[in-house]
Amino acid sequence: MYKINRILLFIILAIGCSIQAKTIPVCVSCAVTSIKAGIAIAKDCDTLLIKKGTYKEYNILVDKPLTIIGEDFPVIDGEDKGEIIRIVSDEVTIDGLFIINVGTSYTSDYAAIRVVKSEHFLIQNVVLEKLFFGIYLEKSNNGKVYHNKIIGDAVDEYNSGNGIQLWYSKNIEVDRNIVQGVRDGIYLEFSDNITINNNISTKNLRYGLHFMFSNDDTYSNNTFENNGAGVAVMFSKRVKMYNNIFKKNWGTAAFGILLKEINDSEISGNIFEENTIGINIEGSNRINYTNNSFINNGWAVKVRGACYENKFTKNNFMYNSFDISYNSNLNDNVFDQNYWSEYTGYDLDKNGIGDVPYRPVKLFSYIVNRTPETIVLLRSLFMDIIDFSEKVSPVFTPDNLLDANPLMKKIK
Amino acid sequence: MLKILKYSFYDLMRSRWSYVYFLFYLVLGFVLLFLNNDVSKAVITLMNIIIVLVPLIGTIFGVMYYYNSKEFTELLLAQPIKRSSIFLGQYFGVAGSLTLSLVLGLGIPFVLYGLFKSDVIFNFTLLLITGAFLTLIFTVLAFIIAISNENKIKGFGYAVLTWLFLAVIYDGLFLMSLIIFEEYPLDSLSLGAILFNPIDLARTLILLKLDISALLGYTGAVFKQFFGTNLGLFISMGVLILWTVLPIGWLTFKAKHKDF
Amino acid sequence: MIQVESLYKKFGKNKVLEGLDLHIQNGGIFAILGPNGSGKTTLIKAILGMVLPNKGKISVLGDSIKNKWKYRQEIEYLPQIANFPGNLKVKELITMIKDLRNKPSEESHLITLFGLEPFLDKKLANLSGGTKQKVNIVLTFMFNSPIIILDEPTNGLDPQAVIHLKELIQKEKQKGKTILVTSHIMQFVEEVADNIVYLLEGKIYFKGSIAELMKMTDQVDFEHAIATIANTKTNA
Repeated sequence: MYKINRILLFIILAIGCSIQAKTIPVCVSCAVTSIKAGIAIAKDCDTLLIKKGTYKEYNILVDKPLTIIGEDFPVIDGEDKGEIIRIVSDEVTIDGLFIINVGTSYTSDYAAIRVVKSEHFLIQNVVLEKLFFGIYLEKSNNGKVYHNKIIGDAVDEYNSGNGIQLWYSKNIEVDRNIVQGVRDGIYLEFSDNITINNNISTKNLRYGLHFMFSNDDTYSNNTFENNGAGVAVMFSKRVKMYNNIFKKNWGTAAFGILLKEINDSEISGNIFEENTIGINIEGSNRINYTNNSFINNGWAVKVRGACYENKFTKNNFMYNSFDISYNSNLNDNVFDQNYWSEYTGYDLDKNGIGDVPYRPVKLFSYIVNRTPETIVLLRSLFMDIIDFSEKVSPVFTPDNLLDANPLMKKIK
Repeated sequence: MLKILKYSFYDLMRSRWSYVYFLFYLVLGFVLLFLNNDVSKAVITLMNIIIVLVPLIGTIFGVMYYYNSKEFTELLLAQPIKRSSIFLGQYFGVAGSLTLSLVLGLGIPFVLYGLFKSDVIFNFTLLLITGAFLTLIFTVLAFIIAISNENKIKGFGYAVLTWLFLAVIYDGLFLMSLIIFEEYPLDSLSLGAILFNPIDLARTLILLKLDISALLGYTGAVFKQFFGTNLGLFISMGVLILWTVLPIGWLTFKAKHKDF
Repeated sequence: MIQVESLYKKFGKNKVLEGLDLHIQNGGIFAILGPNGSGKTTLIKAILGMVLPNKGKISVLGDSIKNKWKYRQEIEYLPQIANFPGNLKVKELITMIKDLRNKPSEESHLITLFGLEPFLDKKLANLSGGTKQKVNIVLTFMFNSPIIILDEPTNGLDPQAVIHLKELIQKEKQKGKTILVTSHIMQFVEEVADNIVYLLEGKIYFKGSIAELMKMTDQVDFEHAIATIANTKTNA
């Protein structure tokens, strides 16, 4: 009943709006020739239909509930003068615009579209190019950023902005966006209950996705590829990371995910492929890692500092140069029932579980942590020999760090 | 030279050992693939085998062939044939048949398994190329050792020691010096040390493909240039070629100045 | 034809040839004799370019042989020990040598002469020493070159084959070839050789005809003459 009531309410509201609402076309030859003018004459709930063409405007203030729709992607050219659209009203929809040339500034964060203290907004099908900040949500809740394309051309971190930034915002859906060539693809700060799905964040200078102090968020089915340093999740709680792809994040401080001070989270079903470090964990506790695949990474998992009660179960560790690396010989994390491609044990009772435990930490990874140049000796016969002896009697690596039930076949 | 090469090659093609070698690789290839059911894993295992076994087999086979074909050599020396042609012909005969055994022995199972449809074909080709280089290098080293030692047992001993040194001991010393001098910048030293050992060079070439993600994790600028660009590939290839050409030159020199 | 001038060769500390001079003219059979270790084989190998002299000069057919190899086309060589690659068949070996020398050859009548037909398809490793030596002889005589060098050609041969060998040598001599022979069998040397070259302590001790040798040593019997040379030197 409650559900039906809500639907009814919505329909009534929609009809209510549409009864009064009119559509105001904007184009060079129309009665209204600029967006700003269109907004000025529009009433609440009206629709501005922006026709194809180039509109050289900036500092467009949307201060009433409006739907601004572009037809055949009209271009809004800010001519590098500053912010382009600022939304300060609830119930605003922006759809199908092509916004270019956002001004760059060292003092204010100019954005292509900024939403300030508003609710129920929808930003979709927008293409942003030559931008500073892309879509900036500031203390705005219950909105949706859907199917936008943000193509930056950032070169240096200090004078570039983020693709989609959420600051003190709650209950936002960020879905099916493509972000590339900016500083951080998607950046969250003090934003809770955010869902980030199906986005593709690539070639960004710093992080594909960056969390700071944001709790209870979920991100799933996203692809993060070739970002300067992968995805950073910092100082947050109860973050769920499902079915994402982290790929080719190469470099000295690059990783699939950097977890720093993260507690009680879930990392499941993700694929980490060809990253220098798959997951870098620092000071993170009670995280469950399940059904992830670590393929061809330099280090699949690098554990630094105090990390307690993390559980790695049913993950695939395949062809990584190093599976696990620890910088101490203490261990309070559990590895159980994972598949390790380097496992050479046997399964006599044919129950699919190897009869000898697997030790994922090699002595060599300990040596490389100490003297990084020794990496050039990777896969040397000499290293295999000393790794073997360390396996037989662990001295430098945590002796309780083992997978007692290594799987014989990889998890599909 | 080509005639000698032809005869040496035929001779080897008829010898039991080439077949043993060929079958060994064939079986290895099949076992790796059909037990693992995984081309990528097989390639990694193969890599370990190639950088250890190929040099060993090249060394032993080279020494063995040299001593066993002494009669043939003496017969040829009285014929109107240039000395260098005799030795180079024999050398290329051995190295060629070993390389062929390696390439076919490993190639056939991988091709049957569907290598062409898999994305590891480049890694696999690189593996075969480095394997071929290692065969060429270690066979010529073996020939040089054999030509310098009339005593078979001594020759064998030196050859196996050479292999052991380059395959294991060298890396041990290398690691020790890196750890001892860890406070100093070691980029150039460690890259330099690689160049002086053909096994390390071959390993580096393969690392560039298989472990590039890990290699790029290191901060040193020299490393970055070496591994991050094609420079590493070119330098390693170039030095491997030097490692092949220079010993062959040395062998020719030795052959010219020896009494039979 | 063959000219050796002050040839020196040592292996390690062992001085084998010490200033050897030898001049061999066109045509005729020269037996190179000397006690064991006197440098016969070394001399032959030096002429063939298998041993490189420390000092001295060797010319064959008028040209220095240093760093040359084509002149070997003009020399047939029968090595002392018939070592052949074991896994070749006799036929293949003959074909191979023909292929390597790239010269017209007439091996068929030699094969018949030494009765080698049944062995043609056998591997060399399975042949007896005598049969191998026969193959060796076939390989040596099947080409037509002006110089022939035979190192212990009678090794392991049965009497029949020795007779054939002698005939062969005579036939080649009649063609005007220069033939160098070493042998321990004095009877064989006496029958075949026109000239004796006697090596002692790395030098030519005597060079001349058998008659001259016997005259010099006051012996009527060739074998004793040779023995006398050896004795005089050691007693002196």
